[in-house]
Amino acid sequence: MAATSMAQALNAALRDALSENERVLVFGEDVGQLGGVFRITDGLTAQFGEQRCFDTPLAEAGIVGYAVGLAMGGFLPVVEMQFDAFAYPAFEQIASHVAKIRNRTRGALSIPMVIRVPYAGGIGGVEHHCDSSEVYYVATPGLKVVTPATPADAYTLLRAAIDDPDPVVFMEPKKLYWSKEDTELRYDSEPLGRAAIRRSGKDATLIAYGPSVPVAMQAAKVAAEDGLDLEVVDLRSLVPFDDETVTASVRRTGRCVVVQEAQGFAGFGAEVAARVQERCFHSLSAPVIRVGGFDIPYPPPMLEHSHLPGVDRVLDAVDRLQFSDEPDGRYLTGVRA
Amino acid sequence: MSSTETQPEDTPIDHRTDLLRQMLRIRRFEERCAELYSASKIRGFLHLYVGEEAVAVGVTHALSEDDALVSTYRDHGHALARGVPMDAVMAEMYGKATGCSRGRGGSMHLFDVRRRFYGGNAIVAGGLPLSVGLALGDVMSGRRRVSACFFGDGAVAEGEFHECLNLAALWQLPVLFCCENNLYAMGTALNQAQAVTDLALRASSYGLTSWPVDGMDVIAVAEAAQRAVEGVRAGAGPCFLELRTYRFRAHSMYDPDRYRDKEEIERWKQRDPIDGLAADLRAHGELTDDELSGIEEGIKKELDQAVAMAETAPVEPVEDLTRFVYAERPR
Repeated sequence: MAATSMAQALNAALRDALSENERVLVFGEDVGQLGGVFRITDGLTAQFGEQRCFDTPLAEAGIVGYAVGLAMGGFLPVVEMQFDAFAYPAFEQIASHVAKIRNRTRGALSIPMVIRVPYAGGIGGVEHHCDSSEVYYVATPGLKVVTPATPADAYTLLRAAIDDPDPVVFMEPKKLYWSKEDTELRYDSEPLGRAAIRRSGKDATLIAYGPSVPVAMQAAKVAAEDGLDLEVVDLRSLVPFDDETVTASVRRTGRCVVVQEAQGFAGFGAEVAARVQERCFHSLSAPVIRVGGFDIPYPPPMLEHSHLPGVDRVLDAVDRLQFSDEPDGRYLTGVRA
Repeated sequence: MSSTETQPEDTPIDHRTDLLRQMLRIRRFEERCAELYSASKIRGFLHLYVGEEAVAVGVTHALSEDDALVSTYRDHGHALARGVPMDAVMAEMYGKATGCSRGRGGSMHLFDVRRRFYGGNAIVAGGLPLSVGLALGDVMSGRRRVSACFFGDGAVAEGEFHECLNLAALWQLPVLFCCENNLYAMGTALNQAQAVTDLALRASSYGLTSWPVDGMDVIAVAEAAQRAVEGVRAGAGPCFLELRTYRFRAHSMYDPDRYRDKEEIERWKQRDPIDGLAADLRAHGELTDDELSGIEEGIKKELDQAVAMAETAPVEPVEDLTRFVYAERPR
């Protein structure tokens, strides 16, 4: 079995989708000859020609809008937004057309398309290259929002996103592009919407997605050395949301920490925490705690490690899950350790 | 340019009369909508097309059934001219389940996929990329179809306008850009918003064929559109028509219309596209008073029937409120 990076897995997913379905088109800024700024589309134009994988001008609203027109005409466009913040000029098209045309036509028209968004931090990009922008999309009914955390999932989820009848915002955690695992890339046509339990445990559930999954896994490993057995749920699909897996896990463990890299205030983790307490109230032995980035614009390279929620912040949250009946001074004084 | 300059010798009589009939049909529809709005039968926002009828009728006249049309929020005239049945449009105004968007779109989001009428869209310039995408799809599929899109002078200020003109010209896509220049982007005059107000000139800077057309003259519009469509369909690349027109009513039913001179409005009303053509037809003995009354009667009957059907039609059941946000079964 070969070690495959997430970037290679995504490339393979696009390649296989282009081979299997002639309606699939890949386009965006620099995705053709250059193969994309992260080389996700490397070699696709050479293999499939400029009719199937092509460059566009730097015009994000246009790119997404052209994709809407193509989807209305029977194609399956997969567009790249190059970076998270570069997608904001396209938000008009995404929010007002991509997400709404099925509803507007009462099901007469589908807009099957994938908008690939490299997102989140960890690569020293400052404001416009490291945004965690998922919350804008998840709050827009009509969009599905998916984010892989492993190369195998990157392959499977992208294939499933391309096959999905709904528009999918496919969020690629760019700091994981070069992460590798030994895996066979396989697509079994499983629809989107299922979370994965990455690690089973009985003492508490860590819920994470995208770039936060490796952090949660590492935290669980460290906690195990202290005798705490943590379960890690990788959401994979933010919309649709897998309440079943999440609820079952938290009811089993009775404690829950939600880990996200995005700013905390009104972030996706808030939705997860609310759903968990609504469904698991009688199983909970402690409040659901969120761990996230600070409520600031993404900081420059020398400071990003202070912003990104790492293993220590996750373990600190686990400490606050009231495993002991002793009063927690941090709550009484309001001072965080 | 005037109709006498551009009217070819062989324009058949019934053809010109039919253009008149279509314009009247839109005018009467809009007038009825205004009444129904005042009676609270139609709710929400309402933007009327009165004064601009020659544009919709002239442009759609040049399109074939297989061509695509993308519209704006001032879309009633476009939809009717395109052939969306009046009862389906009126039911949509009422928000009824028999409407062309099953009552979910309303005035601003008329949609008819079967007639390749792709909306009905309240985002200024938001529809242009859709038409470019439709055209790109046609090129890739080897189909000789035209994608036409309407938008107003306000759209020229939006980024998507420029993105689309550039790409359509760069890739020589079969798009017919139809700018309904009525001189006002809601309450802001064109010369208050644009340094260069010659919009056909602006378009030509992107390397596409463009010219201004008298949008108050349906024959001029029809002929210009015909010429443009022929070129676009033949693969000569996109075309831009600046259709110089004027809306006789306010932007919407809420708009107090404080930004326009009454004299200016009256001046444009002297150029009413319906009155103009009717007078011309009469002068040439191509239309009698009886024929005109017959046309009016036919329209009134159609309208009465559309209203009656809308009145009694059901609204979409509340159980369907949350449907159609996502696909309901796998493809």
